[in-house]
Amino acid sequence: MKIIVCIKQVPDTTEVKLDPKTGRLIRDGVPSIINPDDKNSLEAALQIKDNDPDTRVIVVSMGPPQADIALREALAMGADEAILISGREFGGSDTWATSYIIASAIKKIPDYDLILCGRQAIDGDTAQVGPQIAEQLGIPQVTYAQKIEVNGDTIIVQRQYEDFYQNIEVKMPCLITAIKELNEPRYMTPGGIADAYSVKNVTVWGFADVPVDPEKIGLKGSPTNVYRTFSPEAKGMGRILDGSDRNTVKELLSELDNKHLL
Amino acid sequence: MEIIKEKCRGCTLCAGACPFGAIVMVDGKATVTDACTNCGACESSCHFGAIVVDKAEESARDIKDYHGVWVFAEQRDGNVMSTTFELLGEGRLLADKLGVELCAVLLGYKTEGMASTLGAWGADKVIAVDNELLCNYTTDAYANVITKLVESRMPEIFLIGATTIGRDLAPRLSARLYTGLTADCTKLDIDEETHNLLQTRPAFGGNVMATIVTPNHRPQMATVRPGVMKKAPWNPAKKAVIEYVDIAIAKDDIRTRIVETVRELKQQVNLIEADIIVSGGRGVGSAEGFVLIEKLAEAFGGVVGASRAAVEAGYITADHQVGQTGKTVRPKIYVACGISGAIQHLAGMQNSGCIIAINKDADAPIFKVADYGIVGDLHKVIPILIDEIKMRVK
Amino acid sequence: MDFNLNKQQELMRQLMREFAENEVLPLAKEIDETERFPEETVLKMARNGMMGINIPKEYGGAGLDTLSYIIAVEELAKVCATTSIILAAHTSLALGPLLKFGTEEQKRKYLVPLAKGEKLGAFALTEPNAGTDAAGQQTTAHFDGDRYILNGSKIFITNGGVADVYIVFAMTDKSKGTKGISAFIVEKGAPGFSIGKIEHKMGIRASSTAELVFEDCAIPKENLLGQEGKGFGIAMGTLDGGRISVAAQALGIAEGAFNETVKYMKQRVQFKKPLSQFQGLQWKVADMETEITCARMLVYNAACAKDEGKPFGKDAAMAKLYAAQTAMRVTTECVQMHGGYGYTREYPLERMMRDAKITEIYEGTSQVQQMVISAAVLK
Repeated sequence: MKIIVCIKQVPDTTEVKLDPKTGRLIRDGVPSIINPDDKNSLEAALQIKDNDPDTRVIVVSMGPPQADIALREALAMGADEAILISGREFGGSDTWATSYIIASAIKKIPDYDLILCGRQAIDGDTAQVGPQIAEQLGIPQVTYAQKIEVNGDTIIVQRQYEDFYQNIEVKMPCLITAIKELNEPRYMTPGGIADAYSVKNVTVWGFADVPVDPEKIGLKGSPTNVYRTFSPEAKGMGRILDGSDRNTVKELLSELDNKHLL
Repeated sequence: MEIIKEKCRGCTLCAGACPFGAIVMVDGKATVTDACTNCGACESSCHFGAIVVDKAEESARDIKDYHGVWVFAEQRDGNVMSTTFELLGEGRLLADKLGVELCAVLLGYKTEGMASTLGAWGADKVIAVDNELLCNYTTDAYANVITKLVESRMPEIFLIGATTIGRDLAPRLSARLYTGLTADCTKLDIDEETHNLLQTRPAFGGNVMATIVTPNHRPQMATVRPGVMKKAPWNPAKKAVIEYVDIAIAKDDIRTRIVETVRELKQQVNLIEADIIVSGGRGVGSAEGFVLIEKLAEAFGGVVGASRAAVEAGYITADHQVGQTGKTVRPKIYVACGISGAIQHLAGMQNSGCIIAINKDADAPIFKVADYGIVGDLHKVIPILIDEIKMRVK
Repeated sequence: MDFNLNKQQELMRQLMREFAENEVLPLAKEIDETERFPEETVLKMARNGMMGINIPKEYGGAGLDTLSYIIAVEELAKVCATTSIILAAHTSLALGPLLKFGTEEQKRKYLVPLAKGEKLGAFALTEPNAGTDAAGQQTTAHFDGDRYILNGSKIFITNGGVADVYIVFAMTDKSKGTKGISAFIVEKGAPGFSIGKIEHKMGIRASSTAELVFEDCAIPKENLLGQEGKGFGIAMGTLDGGRISVAAQALGIAEGAFNETVKYMKQRVQFKKPLSQFQGLQWKVADMETEITCARMLVYNAACAKDEGKPFGKDAAMAKLYAAQTAMRVTTECVQMHGGYGYTREYPLERMMRDAKITEIYEGTSQVQQMVISAAVLK
């Protein structure tokens, strides 16, 4: 089997802070990590490879040159090949343009059976790029996979919904998005780390290497634009509710109501 | 679109690239069939410049030709999801601001009953597609049908609930329609000047709010987080115009097969995943006193937590403990009752969405992190709180 | 001169940090309290290829450099000093001499399974009457045709009782002093080899520290490591390398305690402001950060010297001397800054302080390090 795993390097959002003056994200000093759901998708691919050693796992990422380290990490976990789609021209792409670029790059990889993506990235939480890649490639998709079973040329996916799940059968080639319930990603190994910088390599594909319409990429090709960003309302120092017990309770509940918390 | 036969080398790349299977090989040359939507996906796949997509037609579709607000009326097992009513509530506000029609799009099987309720929740019109193959959601059937509806009727705004179905469907549609999609919005508004939809959503793990626009593509698509928008008041007197549209669906176009659907028994709720936690501390005073905490948790539909002091005093078992040596939690609502707020406890709960503290001591550190504080005896305050919650439910 | 880690070493740190936080930290308190050897952790390290980090791939290792291995020890020690020394004793003291002095056959038979983590290694030099004065070995090895017969006992052996393969030093010729010492590979279960007393310790309580007893213990002659009479050099060379890993352990302990304290200072409020706003405490933080950075430079410097094939005995001694002192000072100060909480077992500080002390003692006391350093300077 040939499996393509799409990963994204993201800032560890638990460490992100906002500059109160400029309203911009302070990215300095924030560690970059492989997006957690993407690690589950990589693990799923590696488990398929564990069972069928003829499987080749190719990780693909779009990002700045620094995303190299995320791909090396994927190689150190056990992926066979890594491709970094990187170019100034790609910058500013929204999910539509991103999926278009990634799909165009994937078209250059012949005879893949399966594409695995994480459900969503923690820096954007859109969960859009996976299905959009599938659409751009014209292949079927199954999202929210909590279990995957390869069966000849078809896959049975346990697909999660809010309060039930479905077993869905889909023929390859197809695209599946993974959720964290799918598996427990493995660690890199020290030997894998050695390989990631010796016998394995990261291939960089620039603008010239990916057949795209320049009108459909970057800021220009993106249907959506960011109109403005702002900090969520800062947490107040806390309000002590005054009055009789009955009144404070009533006020509390109406406040919670206003915030749609109940 | 057009294929320049002289340039075509018969490589079949475009046929593979076409999402609609609209390119077939005839005498070794690519040929376009009627299934073509002129989406242009084939153009870049051709290495020989043999494909020319007719852009004139595309640009002719001025965004001003798109009118109306659409809401995807998601149904499961013949029941319209409550999110749909929230979308109709919000969609109503947007449609009124724009002075346009609010339309609910309902796909399913035996939909008459469902279609008739949508007017009461604010829809002016319902477009219903009734087909056995639409009974259960599949990406392919739903995306194919809705694409045809959008292309022929051209709405300017299309809202979809950010459910596990909505977030599967919406990106597929937006990719096919080459339009913008904003995920998981928590606030929507109309720009007074441009009439663009202002779509606001949290990003970077909630550290930033971003407002997104789709200025040059239509429809402006957004998925909306369930539970955020307010439903409009239910008005049974208001009836929507219901239009049934017949769209043929080929079984073979549905490339996934639902083998089985399994209802899961709700697992025992745990602290980590709970939306609401009611915790008691030393101030609760006794194991018997914790019954009050349990009752409040029950009234809120939440689970019971505890401080280390309460656990060590033997009021409750250690699996309820929140804090440095217990569990770290971030529920939407955290109610701290009789908890002073030692640093160990704060470490485990200070990232909760909304913190409510009930404590006798006005100087207790818990009030520093609380959004709402009630200074008082929890044994008096909690029964009143339970009482008021129950009255609201009624 | 480049003071930055390369990308490969950065990845190694990331891996070990994740592993330490997810797998090692949750057990640290419990195994300290119960003195339970964390077998499951050793198994996990083995499964993840961490038991032969700086051993070439052809011998079952990961093929990384010494610095990468040192980073692993450091990251483990940040959360659990016990776990770090299990890895360090195995890697530096058992794998180290096998790689350097073993025959191809010995490497195939012993180094490969050890580096793969299928087996655990230990190093046995110290005796009741030969601690710092390692030359005073009383364990004997008598050559008997095709085998050696070992008699005597070893004490304070890290991984003793849980290891499968031991590098054991014994006198093959008492008349020659240090030149009569030889090194042997002894397998668990060898006839006449038994485990004696298991020590109860102040710190690193979950590491197994045991007495080894040899009573007419027969070892095949192929298990002589290096040449007869070369044991003292093997021991000293091995300890030079081991010292870098103990220095890394000390560094990790200091960093672990320091990180906890920085976190605490931002949270703990006294006199209506967080501890971090008290100048007296800010000065302590500055001093500790400086000392820890010095220690890290010394430790990495020694590891790099070893990787570059330079003599590193003095570098290793300085690294261990300074890092161990830093660990002791920093952990003591961190307990103090936590006040009463620091003294309780609810916080990890008191454990870290207890763990720190051993780094000033084992694999050569601080005084031995001073001897090594001064000898190199004054020669």
